[in-house]
This record gives sequence, C-alpha cells and structure tokens, in this order.
Amino acid sequence: MKHLLDFEKPYIDLQRRLEELREQPEETDVPLDIGDEIRQLEEKIEAKKRELYSNLSAWQRVQLARHPQRPYSLDYINKTFSGFSELHGDRLFHDDHAIVAGFAMLGERRVMVVGTQKGRDTKENIKRNFGCAHPEGYRKALRIMGMANRFGLPIVCLIDTAGAYPGVAAEERHIAKAIAINLREMTLFSVPMISVVIGEGGSGGALGIGVSDRTLILENAYYSVISPEGCAAILWKDRAAAPQAAEALKITANDLHELNLVDEVVPEPLGGAHNDHNAMADTLRDALLRNLNELEQIDPEIRLQERYAKYRRHGKYIEG
Amino acid sequence: MVPPMADTPKKTLGLETVEPAVTPPTDVEPAIEKKPVSPGTSRKREIPQGLWTKCPECGEMIFDKELEENLKVCPHCTHHFPTTAWDRINALTEPESFQETEADMISVDTLEFTGTAAYADKLEKHKEKTGLKDAVITGIGRMGDHEVALGVMDFNFLGGSMGSVVGEKITRIIELATERRLPAIVISSSGGARMYEGMFSLMQLAKTSAAIAYHGRQGLPYLSVLTHPTTAGVMASYASLGDLIISEPKAMIGFAGPRVIKDTTQSELPEGFQTAEFLMERGLIDSIIDRTEMKARITEYLDYLCLNLKKG
Ligand SMILES: [Zn+2]
Repeated sequence: MKHLLDFEKPYIDLQRRLEELREQPEETDVPLDIGDEIRQLEEKIEAKKRELYSNLSAWQRVQLARHPQRPYSLDYINKTFSGFSELHGDRLFHDDHAIVAGFAMLGERRVMVVGTQKGRDTKENIKRNFGCAHPEGYRKALRIMGMANRFGLPIVCLIDTAGAYPGVAAEERHIAKAIAINLREMTLFSVPMISVVIGEGGSGGALGIGVSDRTLILENAYYSVISPEGCAAILWKDRAAAPQAAEALKITANDLHELNLVDEVVPEPLGGAHNDHNAMADTLRDALLRNLNELEQIDPEIRLQERYAKYRRHGKYIEG
Repeated sequence: MVPPMADTPKKTLGLETVEPAVTPPTDVEPAIEKKPVSPGTSRKREIPQGLWTKCPECGEMIFDKELEENLKVCPHCTHHFPTTAWDRINALTEPESFQETEADMISVDTLEFTGTAAYADKLEKHKEKTGLKDAVITGIGRMGDHEVALGVMDFNFLGGSMGSVVGEKITRIIELATERRLPAIVISSSGGARMYEGMFSLMQLAKTSAAIAYHGRQGLPYLSVLTHPTTAGVMASYASLGDLIISEPKAMIGFAGPRVIKDTTQSELPEGFQTAEFLMERGLIDSIIDRTEMKARITEYLDYLCLNLKKG
C-alpha cells in the first residue's frame, strides 16, 4: 500500500488489523476462535469497500483515475493484448513517447493499438512527458492509424492524459491543428474503431485519439472538457474548488453514460483498477472483443454513417 | 487636433485565463468604449458633435462614423478594433444577399451548471447585452459571383465560446454547403469550448470536424478566417481545418492560454508568441489580410477554388 487516498483509510485500517491477526498465531497464545474473527473482519472489509466504492464523489473518482498505481496504457497493451510490436515516429519530426502505438493481438485478432502513456517514476515521466503529447504525438497516432485503415486492421485507442501539452514548442508546431486533423481524419477511417478512457480523459488532448464507433470508459475514469482544477480556477477563482467543479462538470463514467456521451462503462475490480491489474485487463479484453465482434458485423459504409450519426447527436439545444 | 479625452478606451481581453479547449467566462467587454463629447467643454469649437474613439495602438482620436465606415479599422495605423458578427456579415456579403439559418436556436443549461454564477443567468445576460441568441450567426450569402455558406462567430457573446448551439449551427451550415455544393467559410473568434456545457462542448469539436470531413470529401472548398482571438477548442477543430487559413492582422491564435503555458513550462514566451504573424512564419497561416481587404481577397480566392466546382 504505497499510495493511500484519504477516503480509502476506513477499510485500510481494518485491513491492517486483519494482517496483524494473520501474523499473530505463530508468536502468541491464540484463542481458538481467531479464525472466526478473521472471517468477520474479512466480511466487514468487503462490506465497507462496497459501501465506499458505490458512493464515490466525482472528485474521489478523479483521485482514482489519477492513482499512481493505476494501470496505464502499456499495462493494458501487455495484459489485455499480446504480442505488442511497437512502431515509432511521425515521419516528420520526432517520436513522441507520450503516445505509444503498434501492432498487437487482441485475443485471436490482429489490431492496431494506440495509447497515451504516463510514466511511473520521474525518469519515465520525463520520457513520457507525464502523458501529455506534443503535435508529433498526434501525428504519429494519425500516421499509424492511417496505415491500419489502409490494411484493414481495427483500431483501439487507449486514453489516459491530463491533456495535450501546453508548451511553447507545442504551440509553435500547431498542437490545435494536429488535434483538429485527427478529429477530421478519424471520422473517415473505414475500419472498426474503439476508444477507451482508461484513466484521465483530458479535453482536446484526449479526444484527439478518441473519435470512434464505440467510446468505452472505465468505471472510475473521467472525461472532461477541462480539468476540475482549471474549471475551478476560472469559475470559482480558486483551484481548491476543484471538487465542486468536478461535480458540476458531470465527468464521471456514470454521469457521461446517463447523458449518452459515452457508449459503455467498463466495471473495475472492487476498490479500483489499481487493486487488480490482471482482473481489470481481462474485463477490458472481454469488453473490447464483444464490441469488436458487433462492429465487424456491420457493413463498413453503414458503420461510417453510424459513426457520423453518433457525433452528430451530441448536443442539447432548443430549435427556437 | 487635440484629443478631446485621453482615457484609454480598450480593456485587455483577459485571455490569460484560457485553458486548453475552454473559454474563460469573460465578463470582459472587448467592444469599443464610446466617449460622448460634452459640448460644454472649453475646446468645443474644435470638436465636432458626436462620438470619438481613441486608437489604443497609435493614440489618434477617430471619429466614430469614420471608424464604422472603415470596418472598425484605424485609418491611421490599421489597428483592428473588435467588431461584431453582423458587421462582418454586412461587410463581406453582397447587399440583401444574406439569408440567416437557424436564427432562433438557443442554448439550454442541460447540466444545470451553477458555479459562482449560474449558466442560465449568464446566457440571459449575454442575450440582452449583444442582441444575439448565441455566439455564432450562420447563413447563405453571396460574395461576388459566389454563393457561400457562412458562419460568423461573435466574441461578445460569452467570449465566443462553443457550446451545443455553436457546434450545431456550424455543423448544419457545413452540411447545407455539402448538400448544395457550396464553398463554406467560417470566421472564428472564440476563447474555446463552453465549459458550462461540460462534455457536450467537447463533443462539438468532433461533430464540426466530422461535417468538414464530408464537405471536403465532396471536393468543396472550406475557408477558415481567424480573428482576434481564436483559441482552444475552436482552434482545435474547424478553425484549423480550412483549405485556406486566413487571419486578420495581430490576431491572437493558439491552443493553450499564455498564462497556462508560462505556469506549466516555467519559461518566458518568445516575442510575438501566438500572434497571426508568428504563426504565419511557422507555417500555419496562408495569408494575413486587413479587414478592409477581406471581402475582395476572399472573393478572389473563391474565383480560384471554385473554378471547377460543378453545381450538383
Ligand atoms: Zn491607430
């Protein structure tokens, strides 16, 4: 338990007591009913967890989405997929390590997988730029998706980024245009496309690899037009109002699903994806394969029309 | 001539608060501040009756009628004052030719967004202030011999922010252009996506870009005109997708706001950063055109781009 979130403490304390109990028998005089006590404690922990994780606030989910032990794109690429064969570079300028892409097997299927990639430690975060891509990252993604499209490989995009990088070089090389081009071109790829928000879905930087036939989101991930802190800074004039902003923006998986802004919520193991990488990876594989099976039944032209219609529907207004 | 009043009429736009894909709430007034000249001053013999505006760039006082006739461009130094969507439409299209589409579409507060101020109240305030229903006007008009589908944003309405109405109206006018095989032009002026509409706003980026994808696939030209300021979500969608990308001089153009960039990178910004001129030098913009020349130059571009356009 290296990284503890505040709201996890109630059951973590119980968990510690459980571990103490389990270690005790060797050393002390053990009452015979300790087995019962352990079982009771286990049940209590389970109940506590269920109660806790079914009532999380938007802000608590944001904490889970940013959890440093949460599986990142490469964790899924190695566990949900197999045989990953990475491809590099935008053929124009650079190989942006904030986005990874390459061939992979999904079950028995050959697909192209693309994902924004965060780092686990300082060294890796420097390499990955904290998962915030520059224009060349979006161009790399586009080049590789374009190739997948030409050779009929389905595309899976994994989204986990606080946003596109707000830096001088990114602006000088036209980050906004790079994202816009991806939005336009991804509309027209005729292969099946699935995107999954696995952690943070940070605004245009997330959408830049997010246009798809099916948009999936993990139970504790979020997807937002602006970071809760950024929204709080502008509308509340105080970044500390981020929890209120997170609530107001309706950014949780369940909120977005209710608003028809995502197609499917993928459940996470109890306590969040970081508690069980393998179980999470398996659940995601099942969801991806089921969606891919469905999409492959559809005629490519119809699939394109449906993709257009899906984005066409997004928006609430009064005709007047 | 001695300027009748020396106040600086222009406030800053407050763009430092722009975050990626999002607009600031902008209670900012980018419009020109009028200074009525009292006939009772001691200089009254030198000053004609009426309204004057001081140019923030060159300091000259400009008679408002002259400023209006020059499309709110300073006749002394060509400083481009903020203007409105309707003024742009009137300046660009042939008289009586513009027919507005979706004129009555209005925003709804789907998320019931209440931060420090309620979105619903903001909408009412800006409708009243601008006389507009939302931040874009769309329609079909004529420029020279060309019938064009036109979308013109207005920064005065909630910072030109893009919510569902802006996204839907832009999408519909592009779709209409595709259907009627017309060139499309969008004149942008926006702080970005409208955060009061949450993810509905972000999805407008994808929706408008998708409409442009199909317009382009039909071999139809799309021109994007950037005006001060065009940033964030609008820049990350239709404003960046023109076959031609044109800008007014000195327009501020970018994705992230300068304050955010400074805070993130802890470094100084280069001179002229995120201006039209800076971005033309770096390959984004085809041409920078004065507002007074915009109609003639766009019409000329259309003469080339529509040369082989067959009416379907
Ligand atoms: Zn001037």
